[in-house]
Amino acid sequence: MPEPLLEVKDLHVYFPTEDGIVKAVDGVSFTIKPGETLGVVGESGSGKSVSFLTVMGLINRKSAIVEGEVIFQGQDLLNVPKEELQAIRGNKIGMIFQDPMTSLHPFYKVGDQISETILAHEDISKKEAGARAVDMLKRVGIPRPDERARQYPHEFSGGMRQRAMIAMALSLNPDLLIADEPTTALDVTVQAQILDLIDRLQSEFNTAVALITHDLGVVAEHCDYIQVMYAGRLVEIGTGDDIYYQPMMPYTWGLLKSIPLLTAQEERLHPIRGLPPSLINVPEGCPFNPRCPYVFDRCHVEVPQLLPVDGFHAAACHLSLEDRQRIVQEEVLERT
Amino acid sequence: MGRYIIRRLLWVVLVLVVIVVITYSIFFLLPGGGSDAIANRFAGKQPNPEIVAEVKQQFGLDKPIYVQFYIFTRNLFLGDQYGWPGLGKSFVLRAPLKPVLMERMWVTIQLAVGAAIIWLLVGIPIGILSALRPRSIWDRAAMTFALIGISMPVFFIGPLALYVFVYKWHILPGSGYSPIGEDGVWQWFNHFILPWSVLALLYAAFYARLSRANLLDVMGEDYMRTARAKGLNERQVIVKHGLRSSLTPLVTVFGLDLAGLLAGAVITETVFNLPGLGQYAVRSVFSLDLYAILDVTVIAAFFVAIANLVVDIVYAFLDPRVRYT
Repeated sequence: MPEPLLEVKDLHVYFPTEDGIVKAVDGVSFTIKPGETLGVVGESGSGKSVSFLTVMGLINRKSAIVEGEVIFQGQDLLNVPKEELQAIRGNKIGMIFQDPMTSLHPFYKVGDQISETILAHEDISKKEAGARAVDMLKRVGIPRPDERARQYPHEFSGGMRQRAMIAMALSLNPDLLIADEPTTALDVTVQAQILDLIDRLQSEFNTAVALITHDLGVVAEHCDYIQVMYAGRLVEIGTGDDIYYQPMMPYTWGLLKSIPLLTAQEERLHPIRGLPPSLINVPEGCPFNPRCPYVFDRCHVEVPQLLPVDGFHAAACHLSLEDRQRIVQEEVLERT
Repeated sequence: MGRYIIRRLLWVVLVLVVIVVITYSIFFLLPGGGSDAIANRFAGKQPNPEIVAEVKQQFGLDKPIYVQFYIFTRNLFLGDQYGWPGLGKSFVLRAPLKPVLMERMWVTIQLAVGAAIIWLLVGIPIGILSALRPRSIWDRAAMTFALIGISMPVFFIGPLALYVFVYKWHILPGSGYSPIGEDGVWQWFNHFILPWSVLALLYAAFYARLSRANLLDVMGEDYMRTARAKGLNERQVIVKHGLRSSLTPLVTVFGLDLAGLLAGAVITETVFNLPGLGQYAVRSVFSLDLYAILDVTVIAAFFVAIANLVVDIVYAFLDPRVRYT
């Protein structure tokens, strides 16, 4: 059993504001092992991005209350000096973001921005870093990489920009790549290309990947494990098969049912009714209770714990296992 | 790019011609204008028709307005008997204007450039530091200073400064212009330091606010987050990624501000008695010295128009998204 690469233990990230304390992440624990792909699924405001920004140390510690442990290769990243964090960022952990147009500096050439990453961590000449940048662009599938490296971000198409960002994040062969909604800003056809690219690079570089998205369709074929987040908490975790064929939590059911199918006969979509909860006034008990079609009295009182359903597969719900299995058979699977 | 520049230069010529037309119109249409009235003014204490007619002929006022306009414009671009550009003769001095204007322009340039250096070195760092420590004591003090600087007019601060530094505390020698050649560098500096500071105050305040606002905006941009995620240290993030984006727009503003000043910092030159273009412009208007007025106006327009062009070209170098094919 290999040592976990990243262990997040009971992470809480709260932002005090004028209107109250925003509980962006409220008791989240998970593990990523070397070479694994973890899919993190949830709506906007579920805490998925904030959790990983905290892992990278990109959350402003002066305006946020952060508790818990983030153990990366034996070190608690929440308690290391900032020089140590800087040495890890870009080098051992790479991160790519949602909108590649605004994530790249418009005034600098793409190749220079990639070599900047390399030069920040390795003592080599600018020429050498430039050559490596071109090589990275080639590896992410950008044609004529030496020409492209001398161009500016606005001269790239959306998909190419995201490829360039991936090249930048992987340029130092990190152990973990965090991809925060990498395909959300891209066309569907380009989405598939980018996800395949990440897959391919993952095996080439032997990198672990945390793929954050709100789209269950995206994680389907690309993840070893999937965790579903809601209102800053983990509500279900399992393998891809677990989540898609035996989901055990009403929120996951809702997510699956809301995926529009090409083959569907009806014209209406089936979104989860209601709105994501305010993170300042999280509902008492199970945070999903205002929107859950199967809610009963215990849900308003007690917070459900993440309990194992079957081996690694776990879910946080008060409904009994038998009830859930029945509902899954009858109502969920026939729809999906 | 070359074709673009040529096109822009042609526009500059057109702008200058239009400015001349407008100035002529104002000059002749205002009360007290008209060839006769003007000739009368310059005909001495006891004008009689012959003297007036002679004055008119000497000044070229005997010709119809559009002919005068044509002659002036032609001389401006092609030169007249006094050299190039053809700036004509002053009614008041009865002497060619070109040497006068060149001398005065030099004084104005010294004033403008000196003030520019001060306001850049003072205003921008204040703005940057404020943006890096928003809502701190420093930030509030700096923005209050900016508010005061922008609100206080030069004709108030100028005399106040003169009073305090020259008359009350005797630190500085006084107003007026002391060329380096005459009394040495120290005197030259002493005479300029007060007008430089007073003039720079307004611009420093403005630039502090501007650079602060720009940098604050930029700090929230996605590429700043990417820069940190790459492992760059905070100084690299702010200087290389932040300042580059936030200070580039200031180049445009600076170019235009400087051009406007080169046209003559009218109030400052008057308050501190500096013989520059601005002071001369005021005098020429009051004395109805037609060619002097035209010349100062054309010089001002020229500086501003050229500055617009230069600033656009420089910006294209700084921001790769802007390119003129």
